[in-house]
Amino acid sequence: MGQGHLHRLHRPGDTVIHRLPPQTKLVALFAFVVLVVLTPREAFWAFGAYALLLTAVVALAEIPSRVVARRALVEVPFVLFAVLLPFVTPGPEVEVLGLSLSTEGLLGAWNILAKATLGVVASIVLAATTEPRSLLLGLERLRLPSMLVQIASFMLRYADVILGEMERMRVARESRGFHARHLGQARVLAQSAGALFIRAYERGERVHLAMLSRGYTGTMPVLDSVGATTREWTTALVLPAAALVVAASAWVVTR
Amino acid sequence: MIDPPSLECSGLAYAYPDGHQALFGVDLTVQRGERVALLGPNGAGKTTLVLHLNGILTGGLGRVRVGGLDLGKDTVQEIRRRVGVVFQDPDDQLFMPRVRDDVAFGPANLGLRGPELEARVTRALEQVGMAEHADRPPHHLSFGQRRRVAVATVLAMEPEILVLDEPSSNLDPASRRELADIVLGLDVTVLMVTHDLPYALELCPRAAVLSGGVVVADGPTREILCDDALMTAHRLELPYGFDPARVPAR
Repeated sequence: MGQGHLHRLHRPGDTVIHRLPPQTKLVALFAFVVLVVLTPREAFWAFGAYALLLTAVVALAEIPSRVVARRALVEVPFVLFAVLLPFVTPGPEVEVLGLSLSTEGLLGAWNILAKATLGVVASIVLAATTEPRSLLLGLERLRLPSMLVQIASFMLRYADVILGEMERMRVARESRGFHARHLGQARVLAQSAGALFIRAYERGERVHLAMLSRGYTGTMPVLDSVGATTREWTTALVLPAAALVVAASAWVVTR
Repeated sequence: MIDPPSLECSGLAYAYPDGHQALFGVDLTVQRGERVALLGPNGAGKTTLVLHLNGILTGGLGRVRVGGLDLGKDTVQEIRRRVGVVFQDPDDQLFMPRVRDDVAFGPANLGLRGPELEARVTRALEQVGMAEHADRPPHHLSFGQRRRVAVATVLAMEPEILVLDEPSSNLDPASRRELADIVLGLDVTVLMVTHDLPYALELCPRAAVLSGGVVVADGPTREILCDDALMTAHRLELPYGFDPARVPAR
């Protein structure tokens, strides 16, 4: 059986970070990212401090740094955009290695790069230390509307099934000599996407029938509840608390 | 006192909203503890009939009784507990992130919680020999294992009658036999919808043939399979070399 993308992100382990209840980690991640985003971009040292904090968490979770680096590549498209900024932003310019770049653009690029990287790395830690299923339990615990949790839960269950169907359709296309070479063949791919959508929709209907047959009345029974102790909350909130100190100092200093 | 039949359908007729009529008056009674095969060619109305048994499709003529209880608006939840339908594609039936949660879904909808729910889940998984896989996600299991878990999801509701829709489809011979052993070991009424005639003969002493939306034959499976005229008239064909008269009884 193939392992789907969603499941590959999780790295089983038994560290302090792995053991924390999912809802505490979700809250800690969210608070950390908000604080990072609110930090003034001129406070360069603050971002260094955030990076140190995150490095400590990564070490605690025993995630090898090359894994973090490889996964952080999802950020690349945003980085490319950031790299353009110093060239296209109007305003006062500075000379860097013989290129004249806009100061405003450089600061903007730095702002995107630093904040995005910190956010991405923090999310990588969450995904690597929390099973997808317990993430859902955590969201449920945080009172996310149950309909959204159900949708996410079906996505988790059926991502592999739908990827499998997509793969079989690709094999079927190519077995009959189709190779996407030029734009004119986009039509075939669009039709495949349409067929895939219909199949997924029909599967949805069959799943609904199967659910009704087992007494589904519109609400998912809550099967597991993952409680968190004050101690666990305190542990999880060390990261955002430290980040708050950094952010507050940054506000005071740059004022 | 004699138990009421597990299933009684009388005069069941149904036309789909697009006007296509699938059932033209189906009468079928299954006594408690019986195992009955429902045979019929593609398009005979087998799936339509199955969807009537637990009140997913209603609105046509006729009536359905399960264990003496009439199917109606206020009994539909109880009927769905009593009629356990195992659908053909286990990926449709297993929609939760873990096997254990999936098996718990039905009984939890019936209001069970805590240790009682836990006990039901464990028992159902043991009945199909899948207890050690309780904590795995369904998509990591083999197809045969998923089909067995699908059976467990329904057994956990302690149904009056187990309805299996094409239980042997897509199974390799070993998984097919394992499933047969499980079904034979269950102490429950079974209605098995299938094209797999040797499987019907192996598991079900009685068979009913559904063709053109009515039951055209109902009797001992071996006699039905040996009735060449009946078989040809309803597009039922035995596999090459299979002679139902010579197969030993189970």
